[in-house]
Amino acid sequence: MAEQAQATAETGPRPIVPFLKLGAEPHLVGTKCSCGAVFLDTKRIACSKCGSTGPFETVRLSTRGKVYVFSVVHQSFPGIKTPYITAIVDLPEGVSVRTNLVDLDPLAVEKDPKQLFDMPVEMTTQVVAKDRQGNDVVAFAFRPIKH
Amino acid sequence: MRNVYVLGTGMIKFGRYPEKTVPELGAEAALIALKDAGITIKDVEMFASGNLYQSNAMVGQRILQQIGQTGIPVINVANACATGSTAFREAYLSVASGMYDIAMAVGVEQMGKAGLLGGGGGGSDPAYSPEGKLGSGLMPAVFGQAGIEHMRKYGTRMEHFAKISVKSHKHATRNPFSQYQNEVSLEDVMNARMVAYPNTLYMCCPTGDGAAAAILVSEDKLKKFAAGRKRPKIAASVLTSDPWTERDLTLPDVSTLTRRAAKQAYEKAGIGPEDIALTELHDCFATAELVHYENLYLCKEGEAAKFIDEGGGVHPDLGGKCPVNVSGGLLSKGHPLGATGVANICEVVWHLTQDERAKARQVPNAKAGLAHVIGLGSACTIHILTV
Repeated sequence: MAEQAQATAETGPRPIVPFLKLGAEPHLVGTKCSCGAVFLDTKRIACSKCGSTGPFETVRLSTRGKVYVFSVVHQSFPGIKTPYITAIVDLPEGVSVRTNLVDLDPLAVEKDPKQLFDMPVEMTTQVVAKDRQGNDVVAFAFRPIKH
Repeated sequence: MRNVYVLGTGMIKFGRYPEKTVPELGAEAALIALKDAGITIKDVEMFASGNLYQSNAMVGQRILQQIGQTGIPVINVANACATGSTAFREAYLSVASGMYDIAMAVGVEQMGKAGLLGGGGGGSDPAYSPEGKLGSGLMPAVFGQAGIEHMRKYGTRMEHFAKISVKSHKHATRNPFSQYQNEVSLEDVMNARMVAYPNTLYMCCPTGDGAAAAILVSEDKLKKFAAGRKRPKIAASVLTSDPWTERDLTLPDVSTLTRRAAKQAYEKAGIGPEDIALTELHDCFATAELVHYENLYLCKEGEAAKFIDEGGGVHPDLGGKCPVNVSGGLLSKGHPLGATGVANICEVVWHLTQDERAKARQVPNAKAGLAHVIGLGSACTIHILTV
């Protein structure tokens, strides 16, 4: 949360996690080890795949990926609208991300789960909350790519 | 390492005990186990106490403050859902190493009606909580996805998960220690309220309270106290954590560490899955049980659905084979986190020793049994017991 604390000196929307970068072209960043492992972290102490202490490379992640698996959440915390689709999306850089899937009917997906496997999706962003300082908090989500 | 035996076991019925404290629940189970072993707390040389929700509150010592402050070493163990089984393993190691001859393990938890577990993170400002905004870390969804992964790979259908719930509920009707003892039909399970697809309400284990205990002894003490009674040997005690795998940091991989533990356990015990008369495995959700059929090598890779369709996992009395969770499993028996790992070892012990407490559901000719637990995060324990 250190990055968020620093960011509060500025004005404007805040990313919900440090590895989401906002701006004209919102995108995710990862930290890549020379062994090939990519982590959804903005910094690493060491690589949990090979044990290397670096140096690590910061990589800009693709905004497009494919759905690996999902679930439809019907019961959640207060304030979270249900049902919604939670999914694991594989990105081409070799890292997976947990995300909401939007622009799909959750109940239709339950009737035909196969339609989601390997579905091409793209990242979008949305304001999901206001923090204690009154700033918009922005989360990413993925949605089907419209042809 | 020396041979270690389970001399006594104790368990209270899982349920809800709002009028009691955690140490009281643990003390009740401990006293039953001591009596079953034919010893007193004065004979116990080491105590491993498993509890998760009060893991900073010296539960083990507070149990001894209820039943006997003998000044012995106490370890308080927390390891997610594998808390109780890890405590059992600490007791096992203390005797196997030769350090002590008699050790006690207690697993205890009081969850009340705690609802959805998991889904933490975000720091002090809830606006930054990722739950529901960046997908879900809630347990029903995490394990729902583990089931969907099996659907994706092998074409498994929701009915297969539902059949597991039907089976476990039926098993529980013969277990007086089970939190729920009601039968459900396939239609009941399929049409129940959806919690996180494909897990409906009856495919999710309940929360609750409970305690279980075991007394572990060396061969010398077995001869002294067992007095001819049959007592099982701990043929394998294995603990693994999650190795790096492709998606583990995003979608917890409950399979790889279970497979590693299973291979080690079978090798250590010198037997194979075909020799296991009964398995108590970690069915926190019906989807979890299905993937663990393969992870524990009870069936071949990709054949868990076929295994279910052919009566796999069902008690032989009910026409099945390779019985799994004859106690009712976490789905029916309940899942008071810290108690679970010791309780499923109790169940295996009772079948191996023809104990009265499992009489109504006795698995015939039980010479070896396996108890498996996963604590998400992750920790996996497997114990194989033999007579």
